[in-house]
Amino acid sequence: MTSEGVIIRVSGPTVVARSMAGARIHNRVLVGEDHLPGEVIRLEADRATIQVYEDTTGLCLGERVEDIGVPLLAELGPGLLGSVYDGVQRPLHAIRAKSGDFIGRGLAAPPIDRERRWEFRPAVREGDAVGPGDVLGTVAETPRIDHRVMVPPGSRGTIREIRAGTFSVLEPVALLADGTAIPMVQRWPVRMARPCRSRLPPALPFITGQRVFDVLFPLAAGGAAIIPGGFGTGKTVVEQNLAKYAGADVIVFVGCGERGNEMTEVLTEFPALTDPSTGRPLMERTVLVVNTSNMPVAAREASVYTGITIAEYYRDMGYRVALLADSISRWAEALREISSRLEEMPGEEGYPTYLASRLAGFYERGGRVSCLGGEEREGTVTVVAAVSPPGGDFSEPVTQSSQRTAGVFWALDPGLAHRRHFPAVDWKKSYSLYIGAVDDWFRETVSADWTDLRQELMALLQREEELQEVVQMVGIDALQEQERIVLTVSRMVREHFLRQSAYSEADATCTPEKGYRMLKAFLSFHALCRDLLARKVPVESILALPVREELERMKELPGEGFREAADGLIARIAQGGGNR
Amino acid sequence: MEGVRRVSMGEMVEVLLPDGARRRGQVIEFSDRFAVVQVLEEPTGIDVRETRVRFAGSPARMPLSLDILGRRFDGAGNPVDRLPPVLPEKWKTIAGTPMNPVAREKPSRPIVTGISAIDGLNTLVRGQKLPIFSAAGLPAREIAAQILRQAGTGDGDPEPPTARRKFAVVFAAMGITFREASFFLREFERSGAAGHAVVFLNLADDPTIERLLTPRFALTAAEYLAFEHGFDVLVILTDMTSYCDALREIATAREEIPGRRSYPGYMYTDLASLYERAGCIQGRPGSVTQLPILTMPDDDITHPVPDLTGYITEGQIVLSRDLHRNGIYPPVDVLPSLSRLMNLGIGPGKTREDHRGVADQLYACYAQGRELRRLEAIVGEEGLLESDRRLRRFADAFEREFVGQGEQGRTLEETFEAGWKLLRTLPKGQLTRIRAEHVVRHYGDGAAGRAAE
Repeated sequence: MTSEGVIIRVSGPTVVARSMAGARIHNRVLVGEDHLPGEVIRLEADRATIQVYEDTTGLCLGERVEDIGVPLLAELGPGLLGSVYDGVQRPLHAIRAKSGDFIGRGLAAPPIDRERRWEFRPAVREGDAVGPGDVLGTVAETPRIDHRVMVPPGSRGTIREIRAGTFSVLEPVALLADGTAIPMVQRWPVRMARPCRSRLPPALPFITGQRVFDVLFPLAAGGAAIIPGGFGTGKTVVEQNLAKYAGADVIVFVGCGERGNEMTEVLTEFPALTDPSTGRPLMERTVLVVNTSNMPVAAREASVYTGITIAEYYRDMGYRVALLADSISRWAEALREISSRLEEMPGEEGYPTYLASRLAGFYERGGRVSCLGGEEREGTVTVVAAVSPPGGDFSEPVTQSSQRTAGVFWALDPGLAHRRHFPAVDWKKSYSLYIGAVDDWFRETVSADWTDLRQELMALLQREEELQEVVQMVGIDALQEQERIVLTVSRMVREHFLRQSAYSEADATCTPEKGYRMLKAFLSFHALCRDLLARKVPVESILALPVREELERMKELPGEGFREAADGLIARIAQGGGNR
Repeated sequence: MEGVRRVSMGEMVEVLLPDGARRRGQVIEFSDRFAVVQVLEEPTGIDVRETRVRFAGSPARMPLSLDILGRRFDGAGNPVDRLPPVLPEKWKTIAGTPMNPVAREKPSRPIVTGISAIDGLNTLVRGQKLPIFSAAGLPAREIAAQILRQAGTGDGDPEPPTARRKFAVVFAAMGITFREASFFLREFERSGAAGHAVVFLNLADDPTIERLLTPRFALTAAEYLAFEHGFDVLVILTDMTSYCDALREIATAREEIPGRRSYPGYMYTDLASLYERAGCIQGRPGSVTQLPILTMPDDDITHPVPDLTGYITEGQIVLSRDLHRNGIYPPVDVLPSLSRLMNLGIGPGKTREDHRGVADQLYACYAQGRELRRLEAIVGEEGLLESDRRLRRFADAFEREFVGQGEQGRTLEETFEAGWKLLRTLPKGQLTRIRAEHVVRHYGDGAAGRAAE
């Protein structure tokens, strides 16, 4: 049922309209003569409060508000991959074609190209009984991703007709006995989680390609991680590196209230970069949802939901999906701004008191699931959200609320960033709750001593920390020789193992195997130093061993032949650290 | 204000005072019973009985044509140079509309500023927004003026930028003193930029609220020059701290819920609506580069103004009181300084092949040297290893020679040479952040390094 009202009040991004009886909460509305899109967020008698997804400048008293009768929906179907959307899934390329280089008002365009035709290959036969999640057929959306066209949640029946051939997304490809026509595209309200058969505990790691994460603080596929850090600590570079190198079939990148030039970087780089695992252009596995900081606040609030709905959709097909949000703090600020316009009672730092529950609701939409449908399929949505705490202070509400839900905490430290130690992950504050769940995989796939090496590394870093305190007080002369070795080796590990240059061709990403061998080499070197010391070799000549520079340049070795080179180096260290 | 019928959000109004004087204002909120109007100028004389308000029917707009070059306006866009109003080629609303992210061009052309700490370590790129984080008593305006004077493309272009036809400066002064404003105006004259400058002046004793419009007028002018006439525009916004204070003043007057340090919760969004107007567009020649200047109250970088700015801008140039006190000019503290777009504007064909490596290496060694300086203060020089002492000396020399170049501009080659000169005081094997072949090419025979050992 639809209704029509008139504007009686405007305040920032919110509008109040009269005679809106019949409208429902979260229904989409069109506001004013320009048909600005909006969403009903509060109802009192016949008055509806609406958050408007565009700038409200120019709206007049008495202009009409039209209720469309449906909530904010995401359109899901072949053609999503490679697209660039704003926060309410308007395709930015189509918008540019309509309004030029600057975004005009009240523009609408279908999220998925209506003209494009796709080759549909049926997977069911007439007479088959199908239910939600069953795969009707597939479309080769990219050479890598087979788009599985599924029965939408809520439909069930017997196939009366199934078609094969090329179709546009709106043409039905299947008819059920009750006459329901199923096209390739389906719609889903973004604020509701898409259903699954059951949720499963995480078991496999989400390989990020960054040593400090994969080795020290691993993330599980289907888990959630947050990256808090003040400005300039490299959150965005970390997120972009994950988008480039992480082991996932589909990446949904939500640029939420961040910089326009950064999105341009992604847009120009990704089509040119290739996915390391498939050799295909990165853009083919990426969906971008972009609502930069100067685009409307209310659409920013919706952007993370649009993004995660798309992620869930590919999860339902059985893919490993990563949702990268940069930054969730800007989403929280949008929530705060709207809340204050509604004159709600503010909680901590002016954020609404439901901030924590909304955040938890968002993170919990990630996960590893057994998908709907007769055939056994497993999909994951891994959520990685950057957090921008004001003044870099982690005690603020967004960091704190996120920390309670997310299983991985990758804290970024300005001190490290100032020293250009990137990724600037503070190994003292960071943690992962998934270690127990994913270490079996590392031990089986990479090496049996994976867990031991990690512990040895943590112990070394911890020991360095203690020794630094001593040095600060009484000087380096007070240390024993063995302790000076600890300081040197730990510095080498920090500089040449934990540090990883996003701009270096060979080092930008790192497989678990390479990371393992590097760590093994460094720790073997430490063992060698201790051994030589015990044999009364002076510290100076130990530290002048030629393998040292080799170790320090190890990260730059190319992937091809790395294994042999690394094993050779480890063997030479084991034999006393001589030259080749 | 009550009894308003036809009113729209953001509409400009004229307030007619009982004594016949006129003030301008803007609609900032309305309902069926009232409209809230923000008065932009001195409110003296406004009463509730006789004052009348006339609605203009449109939001604040600016008349634009190429004639704005060389002109001077007040903070609300009125000419203050005793010349007639600009004959408009077109009118534009000053709030602007967001640039479509897919229409943006990736910034990639470096601007060589002649300042080593910027060119070598924090390269400025056309279309970037790079603020200077200053504090009371530090020479931010001198640095801004120096950049303006020296900024070139680095491709052997001998002419100063101000002499080139398609270069323009847009200067927006918000709440700065007459003394500071006249410094900049003199600089424009001195560097020959005056004819290419569009100046908007809202001085410390001008109405606070007008300050909210000043940068919007300035950026509207900048976008017009850049994207309709192909100018490379450098926008200097000073002082952003006064702008934010004005925002806070208005928010408090509107009885909004205050956020950190009483600044409104939407300050991030508001600042973004200014800073994000920097950029380049595909297929159009011009660019808008922003150089905002802000004052960190009490040197505090976590204060909301620098904090939120840093989250939006593509890096920051941070000035240091310690360096300034030691007589080092420009006193750029390179450790917290950053240019996020640096990588897009450097490397072979743009600056030099070893740029990334040299910058990383200088940073790493300087950071270590700085830490050792702290340590030395506790344990004395004898407490350090010889290799540490070398790094410690490196840090001193880096500040004195590389950063502290004085008023004299440096070419890119001179900047790199200054960097390598310092790096040669360290053993070759220590330069692991530079690619081996670049070390071979630029380190020299290592005489200096051996001497150091």
